[in-house]
Parts: sequence; C-alpha cells; structure tokens
Amino acid sequence: MDRPRSIGAAVKRLEDPAILAGRGRYVDDLSLPGMLEVAFVRSSEAHALIRNVDTESARALPGVHAVLTLKDLGVDRRMVQANPHALLRQDITQYPLARDEVCYVGETIAMVLAESRYVAEDAAALVQVDYEPLPLVVDVREAARADAPRVHRDSPDNLAARIPWKIGDAEAAFRSAPHVFRESYVQHRGGCHSMECRGVVASYDAFSEQLTLWSSTQSPYLIRRFLAEYLERDESRIRVVAPDVGGGFGPKAAHYPEELALALAALRTGRPLKWIEDRREHFLATTQQRDQLWDVEVACDASGKVLAIRGRALHDHGAYVPYGLLLALGSVVNFPGPYAIPAIDVAIDVVFTNAVPTTPIRGAGRPYANFILERTMDCVARNLGLDRAEVRRRNLVRPEQMPYATGGKLPNGKPVMFDSGDYPAALELVLRNADFACWGERKRQAAERGRRLGFGISCYNEDTGLAPFEGATVRVFPSGKVVVTSGAGAQGQGVRTILAQIAAGQLGVKPEDVSVEIGDTARFPMGMSTVGSRTTVTAGSSAHLAAVEVRDKAMRLAAELLECSSADLELADGAVRIKGVPERKVTLGELARRLAGQVNVPSPAGFSPGLEATAYHAVERPVYANGANVAVVEVDPETGRVAVVDYYVAHDCGTLVNPPLVDGQIVGGVAHGISNVLFERMVYDRETGQPQTTNYGEYLLVSAPEMPRMHLSHMETPSPWNPLGVKGAGEGGTIPCLAAVVSAIEDALGAKVNEYPLSPERVLELAEKG
Amino acid sequence: MDKRAISLTVNGRPVTREIETRRHLADFLRHDLGLTGTHLGCEHGVCGACTVLVDGEAVRSCLMLAVQADGREVVTTEGLAAPDGTLSALQQAFRDKHGLQCGFCTPGMLTTLTAFLRENPDPSEAEVRDAISGNLCRCTGYAGIVEAALAAAKRMREQS
Repeated sequence: MDRPRSIGAAVKRLEDPAILAGRGRYVDDLSLPGMLEVAFVRSSEAHALIRNVDTESARALPGVHAVLTLKDLGVDRRMVQANPHALLRQDITQYPLARDEVCYVGETIAMVLAESRYVAEDAAALVQVDYEPLPLVVDVREAARADAPRVHRDSPDNLAARIPWKIGDAEAAFRSAPHVFRESYVQHRGGCHSMECRGVVASYDAFSEQLTLWSSTQSPYLIRRFLAEYLERDESRIRVVAPDVGGGFGPKAAHYPEELALALAALRTGRPLKWIEDRREHFLATTQQRDQLWDVEVACDASGKVLAIRGRALHDHGAYVPYGLLLALGSVVNFPGPYAIPAIDVAIDVVFTNAVPTTPIRGAGRPYANFILERTMDCVARNLGLDRAEVRRRNLVRPEQMPYATGGKLPNGKPVMFDSGDYPAALELVLRNADFACWGERKRQAAERGRRLGFGISCYNEDTGLAPFEGATVRVFPSGKVVVTSGAGAQGQGVRTILAQIAAGQLGVKPEDVSVEIGDTARFPMGMSTVGSRTTVTAGSSAHLAAVEVRDKAMRLAAELLECSSADLELADGAVRIKGVPERKVTLGELARRLAGQVNVPSPAGFSPGLEATAYHAVERPVYANGANVAVVEVDPETGRVAVVDYYVAHDCGTLVNPPLVDGQIVGGVAHGISNVLFERMVYDRETGQPQTTNYGEYLLVSAPEMPRMHLSHMETPSPWNPLGVKGAGEGGTIPCLAAVVSAIEDALGAKVNEYPLSPERVLELAEKG
Repeated sequence: MDKRAISLTVNGRPVTREIETRRHLADFLRHDLGLTGTHLGCEHGVCGACTVLVDGEAVRSCLMLAVQADGREVVTTEGLAAPDGTLSALQQAFRDKHGLQCGFCTPGMLTTLTAFLRENPDPSEAEVRDAISGNLCRCTGYAGIVEAALAAAKRMREQS
C-alpha cells in the first residue's frame, strides 16, 4: 500500500493552540459545584506502628467537613496489585490510608476534606498521630542482609522477588573463555518530576449511580479496572478521565492510594472532592527510581568478542509493590541489548526498603541494563587495549541476522526476536557525524590548551509497542466530521496529532479536520496504558486499520451511488469522486448519512451501520527501535564541573509519522538522561529514613544552559510487524544517554567511572584516583 | 481569617475582589478569576511555571501574595494573544518550532520570554538559555523553546 502523504509530514500539533492560549485542561483546572478540597496527613516516620490518630482539633477547625481514616472509609483491604507476577514472593500493596503500620515517610494516614485547600492543609497539620517507632532500613545493601531490620514487621525478610534471566550456557562460556573481567556499578536515577504533579477529582452521582474520577494518569482504563475490583462496582458505572496530562514519564502509570481514597470518600460523602499533589508530596509519595547495584563479569575472546555476561544486582524497591516487578524485570530481560551475545546469566534481587516505592520512569529499567552492557563494552576495550567503537562493531547484531532471536523468552513463552534495523550502520553514522576518526587528535589539542575533553559511545535497542493492544474507532459523522476515538492516552507526546495524521491520510482530509478523543473511558470501551513507547505502534496501527476499513466502505458505497467501479474512484478533499471527473462526487458526510440509517428504511445491502470501523491491532511481540549515541563532555579539573558540549544521536524508530515530534521525544529523553547523570539524587537519611531532598533547591534538574548542542540523524527501517512500519520513540533518547555521558566523563578523567549521578565533588574525587 | 479588598488590572480588565491576605497570586488568578492558564509546578519559586507579568516584569505568582498585586497590572498567559485571539509572535513560534509537549511549563516560558524579548530584542542563543534558566521543562530538552524564542525575536524585529 502506498504511504499516505500525511505520514512523515511535519504536521503542526493539534494540541497546541489551546495550550498556548492558556486553555489547556489539566485536572486542577476542573471545578465542580459543591466540591471540597482534600489534604492528606502523611507519615512523618519511615517505619512505625500507629497507636492513635487524634483528629479532634482538626475536625473542630471552621471550614473542615470531615477528617477520615481507613476505618472511616469503611474498608480494610490492601490495594489491588496492578501488575501481578509469578515471581513476586511478597505481594504487599498499600492500604488507601494506613491501617496500623507505616513503612515510609509520606505514606497516607488520614485525609481532610475542607472548603478550601488552605483550610484542609491547616487542619492536616492539627491531626496528631501517635507513633511507636520500629526499626527501619533505607539502604538497599543493608536491607538485603539476613539480619536487616524488616521493612514490614511481619515479613520473613526483605526480599520481594528474585528474578533470573538466562540465555545459553554462561557457565561453560566462562570456563573456557580466554579473558574474564569483573566490575561493580552503582546506579541511581531519581524521581519522576513531571512539571504537573499528580492530581485527582472524584465525584459520585447517586442519581445515575456513576462514579467519575479525573486523574492526571497515563492509565485511565487500568485505574477504572482497579477501582471496580476494589469497590466491587461494575466498570460500566465507573468513568475515569485523564484530561490534559502535564507530563507522566512512567510514575503516572501506577495506581495510587490517593486515587482510591478520593473515590471511597466521594462515595461516602456524596461530595465532589479534589486533591492536587504539591511538589513536596511529589518527592514524598510519587514513585521513584533509586539504587540498583550491580556486580558484573564478562567473558570474551582476544578480539573483544563477548562470549557471556554474568551479573547479580540489588534493586531498591521501596516499601510496597504497587506496580508489580516491571522496573526490575526491565533491568534484566533486555540483556543482551543490541549485541549478539550467546550466553547471559543475570539475576536481580528486588529488595524492600523503607522508602517510596519504585516503578518505571522513562526507559523503565532499560537504562540500567543499557548502562551495564555499554560499560561492559568499554571495560572489554580498556582491558584488551582495543578501540571502544571496534569492540561494539564486533558484537552488534548484524542486519543479515534479522529477524534475530536472542535466545530469551517473552512472558508468553515466545522467543525474544528483533524485527529489523541495521545496528552497525547506526553506529557508523553517529561516529561519522561526531568525527570520531579525528577524536584522538582533538582530545590531544584540547589537552594542550588545558582542556579535558571526553568522548563516550553508547548503542542501544528498545522493545517498543508493547503488547497487548490499544484499539481505535474511526467514524465519519453525517456532518462530514471525522472523529477518531481510542483507549490510548496521552502525556504530552502529541498522540492526538499522530492519530489524526494517520486517519486523515486514508480519508483524504486534513489532519486538522480530524477530532481525536482519547483518555476517557466513556469514549471507547477498552484501553491499556500510555507506557513503554507503545502508543503509535498500538493505537496508531489500529487507527490505520480502522481508517482503511472506513475508506473501503466509503469507496464501495460511492461506487454504488455513482454507478461505477470503485477502481474508478478516488478519495480527496472529503469526497469520493470519479477520477478525471471531479464534479461527479459524493461527500463523506453524504455517505455517512446514508449509513446512519432512517426509520423503516433498510441499510444499503452489504453495509454495516455507520460510516465507521473499529480495529484492534494485536501485538504479539514488541518491535525494536535502535540507535547509537555519542556524548562529548568537557570536565573542569579545578571545579569538577562537567559540561556536555555536543550530543550526537543516530536513531531508527521505523516509519517517522511526524519527524519534529520524534525529534522532540529524543531531545527530551536525552535531557532526562543528562539530568540523571549530572544532577538528580534522591537522598534518604540512613538512620531515620527521612528524605533529605524534597525541593528543587536540594534536588536539581537539568535546565536550558546545561543542555548540549544536539545533532540528530534518523534512519528509517520500517518494522515488518505492523501495517505502518512504526516503532516507538518515547524512551530511546534516555536509554543510551546515561552510559554515553558516563563513558565520556571516564574518557575525560582517564579514571574509571562506574556510577552515577556524578556531582562535581565526586568528579574531583574520581579525577584524583585517576 | 484576615481579608482585604484589592483592585488591579488583569489582562487589561479591572478587577476588584475581597480576598484572604494569605492567598497567593497564582491561586487568586486560577481559582478566583478562573484564569487557569497559569500553572503551579513547585509552589516554591524554582520551576517558573507560574510566572506572570506584573507591571511588565516576570514574577513568580506562587511567591507573591495576591494582596501585593493591589493597584498593579497583571498579564497572564491568557493575555498574551491579541484581543481577536491571534497568537503573539512568540506563541506562534512555540507552535511552529515544537516548543511544547505536555504544555505545563509553557505559560511560564511564554511570560518569561515575553518580558525578556522586550528588554533584549536581539538575543544570542546563550542569552535565551540564560533567560529561561529559571524555568524547568521535563519534556522538551529546551531545544524547541530556545528555537522558538530566537525565531520570535527575529520576526518581531522584522515587523518593528
């Protein structure tokens, strides 16, 4: 099929005019009649028993409507597990409000309902919680020890799960390998920090028995399912709406106690309720990514060909398991990355700590795995005296090996298979762009002028478009208006624009003439979640399939009306017309009117009602985006300051639907990676479990002056596994970035760097060692 | 609760209200006047999303009490377009150069850069980056925003 013109066009985003004019609709912009505002009383202790919660003076404050604890909500059950997994040894979720034990600072204990947020916060401060402190542990290494304090007092130990990942026979490979090298790595990625914090509005209408929840979430359909399960109500009586979401990046895909608590309280009080998370709460209670500690061995031959990798990791999981094991799983099942490595034996221990739970953030474990793989390639190069690029060349999966089976197995038992891509070509492209051939000379010249430059390489691939589905309906109304509805959500990527482009291309209309309705469970029956770089692959493919069906239907009906063969017809400017006789036409609106029906008139024979179609593109296995990055840094040996000066990306996410939007995803992803390496560290006090970095003075994010010059190149290898040939692009900027920047810093310092984040102080320490 | 009456101009229109003295300007704009285009990202003055123009200067409305705006002229993101809704050169450049994704930091970026470009109509890229160094964006990596500011500056110079 010919690619429609709208695919690959730099269509301006349909989302932008309203947002630019200040007419975006984020959850805090919603106000309902009679609405009360909610503030949560949160644990000030990292681990304690709650002896008593005294709400009397809070309730007495004028303007306070109610102060509720778990008992007042009338429930006594832990929350639903959002992502069950067979390897989960201790499946411990939170209560919507703490029952009798709190396990991290920030855990919800009680909620105040008041006439304004100001009064609600005043009252929350008046609630007296009587704690009996319990032993605690926040350091993952300590928590993993047999004699460690228990994160949950009734647990046998702190091990939530142990996840093995094996390919081939690593033991045999290590026994016979000419070379074996060992390293240890410390990784820490920090928090979510979408610019919009979380927020929830809940409303119960007793007349229609309808519970509606507006939440700044990536997963409205999953939230609906979990609410239905917990509340024992039909999903059809629950509507969840994700309005404009001010960034998500993963943590907004999880289901939170506040969502459930607001739903329960709205049902109980009959009043609409609003809770808007403030930034301090975001540090205290929105899921994060923290420490992952790795011990890694690599077996290789003298040419740098890697024969096996063995690794053991500790994963700081935090206090609860709200979202299964996805983050830890993502850290191991993506071995061997883009490399043809015959044997892998890695395992990760998922360890409870008395801190905020961790769940995936942009990259979802893949940046951890990529860091290990890429630093291992550098380790092999360093130890064998080989060029870093050459070691990668010798190990990358080659295009003639595609589709390439890694030897691993997907959750459904099918083999892990890379669909397409030229991985070595991506590496050569980025090296050429970065002028790698002259790098040694450039570095020497800079050194003569007292400047320390470093060059880092990172290759990656990413399983995108994750199973199982997002569906889409394409519908033409008798007015001629084209509407796409889908269960896919958005978090700022421009999903509306992408779906409009895809449908418009098939229907011969302009993207701006297509309305896209998403993120609302009342609009479309089923949906999953906007995560895993999956929306364009899943919802995009479905929108395409549905639009093709609508187009065929329109052509067939028009052929009957115009009394010609559909081969003589073309679709353009919102009408089906006879080729070469454009005045003989019938508009899409007219065709839709015929199919919209009339009482006592049968539909045209052979046509289902409505000029519409619904499709669910079934994803059996992910499609793999790939690429290679180069970071160039300059380190100031006096201050330890690291400046990333140039950043090169060669990237292949298959068919580009809207190139500027893909660029935006990549540059934003790189910013996230640079921020992780140079700035972000979520610190907990080891003795007390108190979070130490709870504002943007103590916790830094990358800002505009620290961003490098960006140099992007696209390759376009369409995936054979979906009708558009698309692959996901949402996380590919972040995944390779951490390793690239750390490698460049290592190169500049001439000293081993096996960790991030890297403060200037730490850079100076490492420089002294080198 | 201590209340006080204030009179000010918001986006060219006179406004008089009696408000609690502790109410910050952002909450006043958003919830009392319904101007929800101004966003709150951190409420401690670092992220810059809540930036509005007070007497032409970029100000963090989360760090200013509404009573302090008494007698002043406030412009929010809703007030940047022409009365007929035509986007300003800067707003249009944000659209043309993909200067926004989730849009949450956007109002602060627009107000900060509006004030900056008035003072510095011909900035270098580094100056633009410095100008928004107090505005955090988690989506874009700032590239589209910087490009948009430079494109808007050029367009405004050509028009003046």
